[in-house]
Amino acid sequence: MKHRILAPAMAVVMLAAGGVVQASPVVKIGFAGPLTGPIAHVGKDEQYGAQLALEDANARGVSIGGQKLKFELVAEDDQADPRTATTVAQRLADAGVGGVVGHVTSGASIPASRIYEQAGIPAVTPSSTSPKLTQQKFRTVFRVIANDNQQGAAMAKFALEGLKAQRIAVIDDRTAYGQGLADALVDSLRKAGVKVVGREFTNDKATDFAAILTKLKAVQPDAIFYGGMDAQGAPLLKQMKQLGINARFLGGDGACTAEMIKIAAAAMSSDVYCTQAGIPMDRMPGGKDFNERFKKRFGVAVQLYAPYSYDAATALIEAMKAANSTDPAKYLSQMQKIAFKGVTGKIAFDASGDSREGGVTLYQFANGRWEARP
Amino acid sequence: METLLQQTVNGLVVGSVYALVALGYTMVYGILGLINFAHGDILMVGALVALEAIRLLQIYAPDLGLIPTLLAGLSVSVVVCMLLGFTIERTAYRRLRNAPRLAPLITAIGVSFLLQTIAMIIWGRNYHTFPQLVSTAPMEPLAGVFITPVQVTILVVSAVLMVALMLLVHKTRLGRAMRATAENHKVASLMGVDTNKIIAATFIIGSALAAVAGVMFSSNYGIAHYAMGFMPGLKAFTAAVLGGIGNLGGAVLGGLVLGLVESIGAGYIEDMSFGFLNSSYQDIFAFLILGIVLIFRPTGLLGERVADRA
Repeated sequence: MKHRILAPAMAVVMLAAGGVVQASPVVKIGFAGPLTGPIAHVGKDEQYGAQLALEDANARGVSIGGQKLKFELVAEDDQADPRTATTVAQRLADAGVGGVVGHVTSGASIPASRIYEQAGIPAVTPSSTSPKLTQQKFRTVFRVIANDNQQGAAMAKFALEGLKAQRIAVIDDRTAYGQGLADALVDSLRKAGVKVVGREFTNDKATDFAAILTKLKAVQPDAIFYGGMDAQGAPLLKQMKQLGINARFLGGDGACTAEMIKIAAAAMSSDVYCTQAGIPMDRMPGGKDFNERFKKRFGVAVQLYAPYSYDAATALIEAMKAANSTDPAKYLSQMQKIAFKGVTGKIAFDASGDSREGGVTLYQFANGRWEARP
Repeated sequence: METLLQQTVNGLVVGSVYALVALGYTMVYGILGLINFAHGDILMVGALVALEAIRLLQIYAPDLGLIPTLLAGLSVSVVVCMLLGFTIERTAYRRLRNAPRLAPLITAIGVSFLLQTIAMIIWGRNYHTFPQLVSTAPMEPLAGVFITPVQVTILVVSAVLMVALMLLVHKTRLGRAMRATAENHKVASLMGVDTNKIIAATFIIGSALAAVAGVMFSSNYGIAHYAMGFMPGLKAFTAAVLGGIGNLGGAVLGGLVLGLVESIGAGYIEDMSFGFLNSSYQDIFAFLILGIVLIFRPTGLLGERVADRA
């Protein structure tokens, strides 16, 4: 056993691996995400998910190039901060990791992806949903979760088929996120032969939407989609009610939050819907089993994206197996070709590294909370 | 037609909040020639202090009715903001009174950052839900126009405060001293006016108005946030310039005009430009008007009536 403690998190890994018989060569897999700060629980959750995947692989026994390998997780804290993310990415590259699971947030994943691209190391993010990440056309960027544009498309489908809405109006906040989401929705509607009845714009600092809502009211929409965050979405929903607009409110994951419910308060009703990238655990093919094993192993419940993190780590291992090599330069080309059944569903990447399936879940406000709709 | 009426009401509600804040800018400018960029942040402090006071009242005096709770919260926030306005003037601006004009201007920006940062430390970066003590549910629509009790309150309270301020400036001893100080510091002090006191009073009154505006703003939109003062502050400053900075009536007129232009601009910009521009350009509408007014009337809409300065 080599005595190299890289981070407190490593200690956990070392302990876990303590009982394993030596001699098998070690392949290091990096993990990067916020392990401190306000969303540390999300980062930790994903770290555990990746770790469980590696431990499972070790228990199963993976042989590459005729040798039985041992996978080891090297966890780094990027504090969900773009600058720290690049430092951490460089550190992982220098440590010679065979692949990376991460980062957690889009704000960290995007700057870090450049470093991995230069080093030629594949990085699979379990939870960064910004379309920008894969639009960079990097060879080494992959994600196992739906991106924001896939959310827009899913919402368009639901609005037409589920709600039978024909008069749909769209508002966005002109941010990369909000506009991307709204454009994807408008695009999908157009492909289905439906033209939006109104397209209005605001910004991510606005509080007053009365003017644009009054304008939309005149075209009598039966649903209004807002591409943006909860801090604007909630007042917007309130002002819809104040102006006597009875259209349904549709939002993306930025509005799919507890904060939205808190701020919009009395304006929330069963006419409020939102989408979230990813699918709830009880709908994942391997969700129930994963949840139990996760709890048994780490003593905590799955927070959010741990199953995605598990699949991200597994994707790296699958590609290594397919290429019969742990050298990123050799197995990178296999990342596009792999296809397997993961915990969250079928995992396969398209040409830009996005998830082919990209599960999106629709939520409806009911009983004081967001409830996943079938 | 209904749409136009509704847009007018929307514009008046937003405009009267702008006007109330613009009064604070214009009063200080009238007397000191200083653009007090921290004024918008006093609005923010007003809203957050009221929020905190109302929260405490709801815990310790849950039987107090909705309106008394709101009034108590408002009073606390007005007093806190008055103290804050006084302190800012005393510590940050008074020492720079005879410094080159840029120095107090930069200081004002510094004070603005300081207030925002302190508020961020105390209240965090999250949006807070502002308790809805006056109903925000729309009343029976009149001629197809929807308006909520909060919005009616905003219109009434703003109008009352504006009239009260006019009376204060034009009919009272303090007002006369304020006008004298605005006209000429040195001469006023030679005539026995304690100009330091008058300037402090100006800041205190302006801050009280900002506190009221902050509480009304948050009551209407149901949110409060450490950076919420920035946009209304900027718009109110624009309104003050539009009306003629230093002129009280101008601030009111500027605020209302800006509110209306924004609202009607956002509503009709697309039709007026034949689909070339859309509502993401709603702000250029307000600034276009500002530009045109300033080209033809460099002192703003009502800028020439210097004797009216507070």
